[in-house]
Amino acid sequence: MKVKEASEVLELKDPIELDSGKCINLCKIAYKTFGKLNKYKSNAILICHALSGDQYCAGVNPVTNKKGWWSILIGPGKVIDTNIFFVICSNVLGGCMGSTGPSSINPKTKKPYGLMFPVITISDMVSVQEKLVSSLGIKKLFAVLGGSMGGMQVLEWATRFNKKINAAIPIATSYRHSAQNIAFHEIGRQAIMADLSWNKGNYYKNKTKPKGGLSVARMIAHITYLSETALQRKFGRNLQNSDFFSFNFGTDFQIESYLKHQGSSFVERFDANSYLYITKAMDYFDLSVKKGGLPKVFKNTNVKFCFFTFTSDWLFPTSETKIIIKSLNSSNSMVSFVEVKTDKGHDAFLLDEPEFHATLKGFIEGQIIQQRI
Amino acid sequence: MRNILRNDLFVISKLIDDHEKILDVGCGNGVLLDFLSKKKSADCRGIEIKQLGVNQCVKKGLSVIQGDANFDLEDYPNNAFSTVILSQTIQAMLFPDVVIKNLIRIGKRAIISFPNFAYWKVRKDFLFSGLMPRNKILPYEWYNTPNIHLCSIQDFKIFCYKNDVNIIRLICLNEKGIEMKNNFLSNLLAYQVLFCVSKKGK
Repeated sequence: MKVKEASEVLELKDPIELDSGKCINLCKIAYKTFGKLNKYKSNAILICHALSGDQYCAGVNPVTNKKGWWSILIGPGKVIDTNIFFVICSNVLGGCMGSTGPSSINPKTKKPYGLMFPVITISDMVSVQEKLVSSLGIKKLFAVLGGSMGGMQVLEWATRFNKKINAAIPIATSYRHSAQNIAFHEIGRQAIMADLSWNKGNYYKNKTKPKGGLSVARMIAHITYLSETALQRKFGRNLQNSDFFSFNFGTDFQIESYLKHQGSSFVERFDANSYLYITKAMDYFDLSVKKGGLPKVFKNTNVKFCFFTFTSDWLFPTSETKIIIKSLNSSNSMVSFVEVKTDKGHDAFLLDEPEFHATLKGFIEGQIIQQRI
Repeated sequence: MRNILRNDLFVISKLIDDHEKILDVGCGNGVLLDFLSKKKSADCRGIEIKQLGVNQCVKKGLSVIQGDANFDLEDYPNNAFSTVILSQTIQAMLFPDVVIKNLIRIGKRAIISFPNFAYWKVRKDFLFSGLMPRNKILPYEWYNTPNIHLCSIQDFKIFCYKNDVNIIRLICLNEKGIEMKNNFLSNLLAYQVLFCVSKKGK
C-alpha cells in the first residue's frame, strides 16, 4: 500500500501490444518524478533502472526507508541536478513496485497473474515508458540514462525513438546478453523454480513464498556484480563470528554472511516471478538481430551518445560496448566513451566513482549549452 | 581566437575548409576541435587516451572516445572523414606505419605533425654533448620519454615513397611555430613539420 501512496501511477487505457504478440490490458506504470518540468518541457531526463531497481532513484525509498538507489548521482546540486532537470523514473513493466507485473491482479480473472502474465521484452518496457513520457507532454527528452539493464533500455530508446531523445547515456551495459550472462540468469531462475513454495508461480495467496529460491538467485547474481579483487579486499577469508571454524554448515566466513544478507534482504522487497520475467527480458535483448544488424539500427541517428564502462566489470565488459561504438562510428554518429578505472566490478555504476561522475557531469554541462536549456 | 591555439594547431586549422568532417586523433582537451567546430562549422570527432582529456572535450559538447590510436583506429570505416589529424603524437605510437596507413584509410587526407629530429640544434646538442637531445617539444629524459619513434623530415619522405603515400603538402615551422620557406635545407632548419598526406590514387 505504501508503494501506491509514494509514487504516481499512470493507467494506460489502450492495451499494450507486446513483442510476443500478446496484449496487456489496463497496464499500470508506477513512477516518480524529481524537480520541475520547465516551460518548454526541454529539461526532462528519463532514468531507466536495472534488474533489481525501482522508481526510487533519488530521495528516500519509502519501502526500504533507505536512500534512493542512485541518490549519489541525482538530487539538488548533484551531477543530475534536480534544480535544473525534471527527472522521471518508472518501475519497469513486469516489475513489482506498482507497475503491472506477474504479481498484479489480472483484470480478467481478478486474481494475480502469476505465470499467466505474458513474457515481456526490454522493447516492451520501453514502449510503456514512451507512453508515460508522452502523457507528461514531453516531446523530446533531454537525456535517457541507465546502467546495466537500464542501459539496454537506453539503447532501445536510441534505436526506436531516436527523434524523441537528445542524448543517450548507456552505462555498464551491452547490446546483447552473452552466453555467460544467460547462464547466470538461468541458474537464478532454476533456483526459484526448484523452490517448492514457488508452486508454478502460483504462491501469492500462500503463506510461504519462494524466498529460499529467490534468495539463492540474488546471491549468485550478486557475485557477478562484484570483481574478484573487490571481494578479496572486502572479505578475504575473514571469519564472521569467531576465530575458529565451526565444523558445521552454519556461517563461518564473512562472505557467506554477506551473501546471505544480500539474499534475505532482497526477498523482502522483490517478487520471485518478477525476477523470472525480468531476467528473461534481459536474456532476449539483442540489438544485433534488429532491423538488419548492429550498424544499421543506428543509421542516421542524431542522438548524442555517451557510453561508460568499468575496467573490472566482467558481467558487461568494455569489449561489448566497443562493439556498439564501432557500429556507431561506422554510421557517423556522435559518440563519446570513457572506460573508468576501478576494481569495484559491475556495481561501480551505482557507487561513488569520482571519474565516472566527473565525465558524466561534463557531458551533461556540454549538452546544456548545446541544447540551451 | 588565434591566441587560444598552439601555433602548430593554428597552422593545421588554416588547412581545414568549412563544413569538413574531422577526426582528431589524440585530441587532448579538444581545443582544436572546438575551434574547428565553431569557426569552420566542422563536424568533429576525437580520440583521446586520457580520461581527463575526454572530460574536457565532452564539456565542450564534443564527441570524443577514450581510446588508443595504436589499436582503436581499426574500428573506423574507410573514408569516414575528410581530414584526420594527428598532431605531435606519431613519434609516440607503437606502430607508426600501421597508424599512418589507418589515418589515410579513414580520412581522404591526413595531417600529421611532428618534431623534426634532424633540426640543426638537435644535431648540434647530440654532437657536442653526446647526450640524448632535449628541447621544448622533446622535454623528456631517454628513460621516461613516450617518444619512441622519432624521425626527420627526410625519414618521413622516404617512408611515404616506400609505402605509396602521397605527400600533398609539407609545411615547416620554426621554433616559434611560424611557417618558414620550404627548401632543400628544411631537414636541417625546420624545428617542427606538418605533412598533409593521402593514399596514392585518391
